[in-house]
Amino acid sequence: MIAEAGLGALWLAAAFSLLQLILGWMAVRECLPIGDGEGDHAKHGGGVGGEAETIPLRHPSGGPRPHLAMGRHVDGYSVSVEEPAPSDVARLVRPIAIVQAVFAGLAFLLLIQLFLRTDLSVELVAANSHSMKPWLYKFAGAWGNHEGSMLLWVTVLALAGAAVALLERSLNERTLLATLAAQAFIGLGFYAFLLFASNPFRRLLPAPVEGNGLNPLLQDPGLAFHPPTLYFGYVGISVAFSFAVGALITRDVGPAFARAMRPWVLAAWIFLTVGITAGSYWAYYELGWGGWWFWDPVENASLMPWLAATALLHSVTVLATRDSLRAWTVMLAVVAFSMSMIGTFLVRSGILTSVHAFAVDPKRGAFILILLALYIGGALTLFGVRVGTVKEGSQFEVASREGALVLNNLLLTVLLGLVLIGTLYPLVTEAIGVKVSVGPPYFNSAAGPIGLLLVVAMAVGPLLRWRRDRLKEAGRRLAVPAAIGLLAVALVVLLAPGIGLLPLLGLVLAFGVGAASVAPLWRRNLRRTPLFLWGMVIAHVGIAVSLAGMAAESAFTREKLVAARVGETIPVGPYQVRFAAVEPVAGPNWTAIEATLTATRGGRTFQLHPQSRLFSAPPTETSETAIQTVLDGQLYTVLGKSDEAGRWQLRLWWKPFVTLIWLGGFLVALGGLLALIGRVWRAWRSRRRSFEEAWA
Amino acid sequence: MKRKNQRLALLLAAAAAVVAAVLLAMSALKDQAAYFYTPGDVARQGVPTGRAVRIGGMVQTGSIRRAADGVTIDFVVGDETPHTIPVRYRGIVPDLFKEKSGVVAEGRFEAGGRFVATEILAKHDENYRPPVLDANTGEHKSRSLK
Repeated sequence: MIAEAGLGALWLAAAFSLLQLILGWMAVRECLPIGDGEGDHAKHGGGVGGEAETIPLRHPSGGPRPHLAMGRHVDGYSVSVEEPAPSDVARLVRPIAIVQAVFAGLAFLLLIQLFLRTDLSVELVAANSHSMKPWLYKFAGAWGNHEGSMLLWVTVLALAGAAVALLERSLNERTLLATLAAQAFIGLGFYAFLLFASNPFRRLLPAPVEGNGLNPLLQDPGLAFHPPTLYFGYVGISVAFSFAVGALITRDVGPAFARAMRPWVLAAWIFLTVGITAGSYWAYYELGWGGWWFWDPVENASLMPWLAATALLHSVTVLATRDSLRAWTVMLAVVAFSMSMIGTFLVRSGILTSVHAFAVDPKRGAFILILLALYIGGALTLFGVRVGTVKEGSQFEVASREGALVLNNLLLTVLLGLVLIGTLYPLVTEAIGVKVSVGPPYFNSAAGPIGLLLVVAMAVGPLLRWRRDRLKEAGRRLAVPAAIGLLAVALVVLLAPGIGLLPLLGLVLAFGVGAASVAPLWRRNLRRTPLFLWGMVIAHVGIAVSLAGMAAESAFTREKLVAARVGETIPVGPYQVRFAAVEPVAGPNWTAIEATLTATRGGRTFQLHPQSRLFSAPPTETSETAIQTVLDGQLYTVLGKSDEAGRWQLRLWWKPFVTLIWLGGFLVALGGLLALIGRVWRAWRSRRRSFEEAWA
Repeated sequence: MKRKNQRLALLLAAAAAVVAAVLLAMSALKDQAAYFYTPGDVARQGVPTGRAVRIGGMVQTGSIRRAADGVTIDFVVGDETPHTIPVRYRGIVPDLFKEKSGVVAEGRFEAGGRFVATEILAKHDENYRPPVLDANTGEHKSRSLK
């Protein structure tokens, strides 16, 4: 019965999504002010506020309203004359969004229940699970497959819609309704995809005796968290996109809209950052190739939305605080959403063969392609039709914070274009019959230099003033970081002669940029520094830390590939690694050959146990790396095959400071989190204050 | 910047960025994209030296030879044509690498016609997939080895 209940919940969720779209649309039409231009203006009164001052802190009327009854009458602006109180239809939209989320969540919980019970009469469970699997992988296995992961997608989308309906109070009501309608429109496409092309609850009769098991490579604790993290990111971007669509529909593109959208962009960006960082580490230790980024199309599918979201994150801040870059920001929201759709398409359509592409089914591919075309085409059309009504925002000089952020956006756009073209090129050529693979040589040589330029812009930007700056003064502010960078050049050339150009630049920039990133805190009272400034500083330092790790890894890695007998000692980097033993071991659903390696360095010794594992269901061999993290890097070991002479292949790497790559990634995410908390806290506080003033 | 021109300037800058990305990508692709060859292709078009390429085919029966160092192997890749490519690889081969099974290798041709692989990619098609899905992927597998 669970499967039928789940399917029923899914249908109900889809129905409520349709209802949300229809009622939302009706409410938006209904609220249409009589004198169109005039009415628009009145609404802008609530949103844009005074021309001179648009910084949220000192301008509580820029959106925040008391909670009671949407509080139109206490807004302080004469809105109530032209904008009618929300009609009955409009009142229904928010609750419907919440009900939809409840049903979608229920469907997902029921699917998890099916996997936990290993109900083999459900096709999806039989195809992807196994009764002997450890509990965690039964649980995570619910979304470790195509159908389950799409159900997770819509569930997160529905939950995000409910969160918007519940929490968003500062945005113009009509724009919010349009946003929720847009959100429902996106959701509907995916509900249709689930119900008609990938039903996760389909029965399999007669039920098989045992399931097929989960792909062993996916049997890893990382799986439990990696895909949901990326999905939260993708879906968060879709919420930002819905806000952009809502603002375009109601012609309300201004700082209020940007402030409503910003937390969602930030949250999505944090999830994407964590997802990419964790995914990179997963590939690093699970695949056993010693690399941390392979420019695999699936990796790119998560990188592209991240690049677009990073650009959007910066431009939305310009719009929220300076009221510039209006059409620009909306366009970036469209691009970011398109990238997450393309990401979903690449991963889910089965057009790529990799660990993430669970199934190849032409019908599904075509379905997603149609959704992709519908959403992106629709968004671009709407943008084209409405961009004329988006008024130009405030002006700024080239040498200003805004100018630097535009440069950031442009460089990110170029990067995004390079990654996108490199990812799609093989698909395009394959369609015309030429097989081509585009790999690290392309991406490193094309994207590497642009990435370094971007990092330079990142160092300079935060030290410029808003609107207008003098180059001479800005130069003075940059003197110390530049000096530190120069010092780093001298040090690196002295200590590591013969280092490659890109790693050299990377290391030097890491030091210079690290110094420049903390410079905004210089001479500030650190206890009174706003949280979002801390967030920016920490995120930028994180980039520098990560860059240092990448440069050190590529410049100083030592690798040994040998066939060794038990008892032999192999030197690698600063370590002496003794091949102490090799013996069979068994786990819950696998058996393995396990080597014991004793690594010694300066009198300190530790043991590593790389394995070559054999899984029974499905029968697959994998190699489990053994990695020891020390203060200045990692020792990375892989056990290969044995030969007739009784030797075992061993692959050993000493990777100095490689951990900085992921440490930096998590710092970036932490910075984003601090910024998010800082922004939400400040909005909440100013809303409270205006509430108290209104009632004083 | 003059007041009314800022929007235009931004638009031009965005367009320039897109064009720059396309041009940069095209020139980098010309140098760095690795084309895919089968033994038949190599026989027809000659040995593509001086650039990274991928080759694909079947590992010929009895052709795998392990060198004395224990980590270098030599093998021969063939396809439905009578032509073959000798391949040398130094490293740990993927688990599904064996005789009479498909292989894709990335690397460069030496002047003498031997292919020195930097990476063996037997992994993606077979390794990552539970067998039940192999029926679905059969098409892709054969396509990549055509």
